[in-house]
Amino acid sequence: MPDFISLTGISKHFGGVTALADVDMTIGAGEVHCLAGENGSGKSTLIKIISGVQPPDAGGEIVIDGRLYTHLTPAESTRIGIQVIYQDLSLFPDLTVAENIAFAQHLRGFRGAGQRRLRSRAEAVVARLGVALDLDALVGELSIAQRQLVAICRALAAEARLVIMDEPTASLTRTEVDTLLDITRELKRRGIAVVFVSHRLDEVMEIAERVTVLRDGRKLGTWDAQDMTPRRLGSLMTGHEFDYKVVVPDLSQAPVVLSVKALSRRGDFQDVSLDIRQGEILGVIGLLGSGRTELALSLFGMRPADQGEIRMDGAPVHLTSNRAAIDHGIAYVSEDRLSLGLVLEQPIASNIVLSTLDKLKGAGGLLSADRRRQAVRQGIEQLGIKVSDPENPVRTLSGGNQQRVVIAKWLATQPRVLILDSPTVGVDINAKDGIYAIVKRLAAEGMAVMMISDEIPEVLYHAHRILVMQGGRVKGEFHPADITETALREAIDA
Amino acid sequence: MPDFTKRLLHSHEGKLLLVVVVLFVFLSLATRSFFSLQNMIDLLTSYSFSGMLAAGLLVVLISGGIDISFTASASVAQYVAMTVANHFNVGWVEVILIVAAVGIACGLINAVLIGTLGLSSIIVTIATLNVFFGLLMFVTHGNEIFQLPDWFTNGASWVVYTDKQGNPYIFNLQMIGLIGAFVVTALLLTRTNIGRQIYALGSNKDAAQRVGIKVFRLNLLVYGYMGFVAGMASLIQAQDAQSVSPNALVGRELDVLAAVVLGGASLMGGVGTVFGTILGVMLLAFLQNGLLLLGVQSYWSECFTGAVILIAVSALALERQRQRAGIRRVMA
Amino acid sequence: MSEGSVTTRPPPPAPVASAAGWKPSPVLFRLVVLFLALVALFAVLLGHRLFNGAAIRSMAFQLPELGIFALAMMVPLLSGGLDLSIIATANLSALAAAYVFTHFGLGGSGASMVLWHIAALAAAFGVAGLVGLLNGTVIAYLGVSPILATLGTMTMVKGIAVGLTHGGVIAGFPPFMVFIGNGLVFGVPVVLIVFAVIAIPMGVLLTRTSFGQRVTMLGSNLQAVRYSGIDTRRVLVRVYLISALLSALAGLLMMARFNSANAAYGESYLLITILAAVLGGIDPAGGFGKVSGLVMSLIVLQLVSTAANLLNISQFLSLALWGAVLLGVAGVGRVWAWARHFLPKR
Repeated sequence: MPDFISLTGISKHFGGVTALADVDMTIGAGEVHCLAGENGSGKSTLIKIISGVQPPDAGGEIVIDGRLYTHLTPAESTRIGIQVIYQDLSLFPDLTVAENIAFAQHLRGFRGAGQRRLRSRAEAVVARLGVALDLDALVGELSIAQRQLVAICRALAAEARLVIMDEPTASLTRTEVDTLLDITRELKRRGIAVVFVSHRLDEVMEIAERVTVLRDGRKLGTWDAQDMTPRRLGSLMTGHEFDYKVVVPDLSQAPVVLSVKALSRRGDFQDVSLDIRQGEILGVIGLLGSGRTELALSLFGMRPADQGEIRMDGAPVHLTSNRAAIDHGIAYVSEDRLSLGLVLEQPIASNIVLSTLDKLKGAGGLLSADRRRQAVRQGIEQLGIKVSDPENPVRTLSGGNQQRVVIAKWLATQPRVLILDSPTVGVDINAKDGIYAIVKRLAAEGMAVMMISDEIPEVLYHAHRILVMQGGRVKGEFHPADITETALREAIDA
Repeated sequence: MPDFTKRLLHSHEGKLLLVVVVLFVFLSLATRSFFSLQNMIDLLTSYSFSGMLAAGLLVVLISGGIDISFTASASVAQYVAMTVANHFNVGWVEVILIVAAVGIACGLINAVLIGTLGLSSIIVTIATLNVFFGLLMFVTHGNEIFQLPDWFTNGASWVVYTDKQGNPYIFNLQMIGLIGAFVVTALLLTRTNIGRQIYALGSNKDAAQRVGIKVFRLNLLVYGYMGFVAGMASLIQAQDAQSVSPNALVGRELDVLAAVVLGGASLMGGVGTVFGTILGVMLLAFLQNGLLLLGVQSYWSECFTGAVILIAVSALALERQRQRAGIRRVMA
Repeated sequence: MSEGSVTTRPPPPAPVASAAGWKPSPVLFRLVVLFLALVALFAVLLGHRLFNGAAIRSMAFQLPELGIFALAMMVPLLSGGLDLSIIATANLSALAAAYVFTHFGLGGSGASMVLWHIAALAAAFGVAGLVGLLNGTVIAYLGVSPILATLGTMTMVKGIAVGLTHGGVIAGFPPFMVFIGNGLVFGVPVVLIVFAVIAIPMGVLLTRTSFGQRVTMLGSNLQAVRYSGIDTRRVLVRVYLISALLSALAGLLMMARFNSANAAYGESYLLITILAAVLGGIDPAGGFGKVSGLVMSLIVLQLVSTAANLLNISQFLSLALWGAVLLGVAGVGRVWAWARHFLPKR
């Protein structure tokens, strides 16, 4: 396979910080390549250098089509045929699919490209990929998976020879991932190279040929994808061996805290029954659209169920708002930490006390600075949050520490049931361990925990019991000691 | 074309069109003089100024920005042009060039400040509104210009049709300006690459930068165009009023904004059409004119206008909420 | 790499005057510096003409109206919104009070007169309360953008005022109103005392109460606050209610000062309040800002305006200067950030 692009000795420093150190990498024409690494490993810097957004430090070489570049400009990179599909997809929601795909036509000259020419160009691309897209629909009305197709079509319309996709599967259902993999094969068949950038070990590994792993700005190596196991990749990315064992305490005598009977909400989930005992971690696993998050939102009172019964400590409760749920001792850590979990711009301290402001009232109904300080300190200590100044914005914390802030906020409400929705999304592997340790400690102290996830190892090694959800229903219950990763995956995809 | 009709009825413009037509029919039946050529000509003439500004503001809103300062730009432009016209031997071409140049300069100042200060466009243009207007009032001491050159006050109008009683029906500069502003804006927005880039910018600024749109340059064009339209509008307003008063226009900026928003443009950018804006202006014009003809005291017309704005923006918000709920279902 | 080792990442681009650049304390510092510079400048230019009892008193008379309006604008700004209806609300409230005063409150015996006076004030705040509830409901429950909702109520409320009064003036109030508007207590204008009595509790309300915390938090991220178990809609309704009630108070002060009420008083204040608030460090995107910054910015603006007046410069130039001060301060902040980003670190 001839090389499409070959990078030699690429380094990048920001001030005194090394983002990339002497990285070599080649991508073959028509190759499917995986670029793996934790947050902060240098993946994004490398992509920015390839796409010309940032120049590398002097001394690096980029060879494309036998031509040597010391750095690329965005325009050059586009002309050569390098297209990056960022995680946010960078589409125009208010323009039609056709215009989004062929937008490059709008960049040259003053006079309009003409709707007809634009359309025929978009049509040609869509036909080439063999995907079904309504060219006249507004992109804002499409599902995430369809939007991704539009982004891929746009890359193709720009005569891409290398498509770099940043975390492409993060918000896709399994069927949608399969479509994506099919399209990737089609791109490959046309001689277009694809680079998947990922910090998790996921489905794209199925069709990748080689994997390059970065850690702390250095390249650890490139391997054939067939030789790579998720565990090996994980330890390469983090530099640690992770060896989890399934440990399940006997909880049969513990009292049931939360009990749900035949709970339904039209269009979201049907006939869900479950119990969580004191000290138990109940894993709920399912793909996007399986109803897992919707169930959690109903238990948290934000989208009340239409049918069925919820009991706390045996007494039926009506959860019509999240305030009611909180008052009954239910807390919910959202999967979308950045927009629903935290107020990123505001201080760490203000986030920790946000749900318990009324408890901080002192003289004359005013917030007592002492009580606030005390509550903040308690949260920080209880969860081991690494903070230089609690008045700094939450934004300045790492993903793992941010998640601890969210949990601290909820622990302050003294919940009996803690619902964690994908608690380690966007958290580095090392920091994940810290979160799991917290969850286990809370359970050991008597908290009933519901841990929702779409990552199999997460529930397999950290939950005491696993429910599989699919199409809004509970499809099965498993004991972690009795099931393997493969069997659990089959149960989810079935 | 049933498909086209269906789309139209589902769009904001379609619903608005229905409202405007109903209002039109009602006023035509309920009042004697609403449905008359003379009334329509009067309406076109008196709403030419706000209509033109609405066309300019539409472009700014689509780009994701907002401009509050255009009434001040217009005041400066017409004052400068008419002062020159009074003191030098100039004609139409020169005054048009002057208002265009002054308007564009004001717009470019806005664009540069927005691009460099890191303040939102609303804050910058509120500030420049005060700067432009304050300086104008300071320099002119608030003095009006009552005497304008004859060639200007006589203007240009063409008698299109004379009825049996000998009443002439005319086609005037104000109509040319209004129609011109809408046509040029529509062409700019739908037929040029620049126009599509403006939609793209308002729709997703980051993505626009990534596909290679030069945001700063595009903003120069957007705010420059707003200034240009403001300059032109100021000229035809001065011609209609037959005088120039430095403080006659400032204070009307929010009315223009209301018309554009009624027409379906979103303050978030990326959304809006010239057709919708025309309907928005028509709705307000028919409403105010109709109330008067219905014998409602003119004191109350503002109250009705406000109520209509409130109802319309509430309906729009509810509609968008429903749409969003629909999208959520698609995604789930 | 361990938890929290974010240092290996490239540093984020230098925050420029957006949310991050508009943090309160540097703004206050910048304003104090600006204030001192202006004082020095005007001391040279004007000397005793500016720094004497009469000039300072006249500043103290003028500042409170704009000040209370700016407070009324500040609360919605903090919540990430805006209230364009403050002036219209103020005028309608003042007209309501004026109507009661002139029709019932001037004659009669002592006790009933006092009752009528209370009724007049109650009418003002009642009217304002209704407007505030309307704004809050439309914004919080229907999800209309605050600019548009309050643009609608502004037009409607002013329309009601114009419709009822036919654009006319209601004048002639009891002596105590005149005293509030123009009187002095120990040499201090009553209006300034009223402003202080309002501004200090507002500062406390916004920083030291759970309501204030909720307002600033939801100004930055409404959804996250909603997911934290807070009824954000109720908070928003209160925000616009407070804004309207403050507007009514400002309207009453205007009425007291002019000894008359009208549908169109003080309209030029509307956009100025936004300028003053932003200059005072209130982030127009919501979430950040303090009353202390706002007060400092009001003092700076008032100083500019009074000095311009004493220099025989038209009041309109001070309008232009106000706009220029805001742009200039933002420009200085921008150059500062730019310099810090590019100049080598020591």
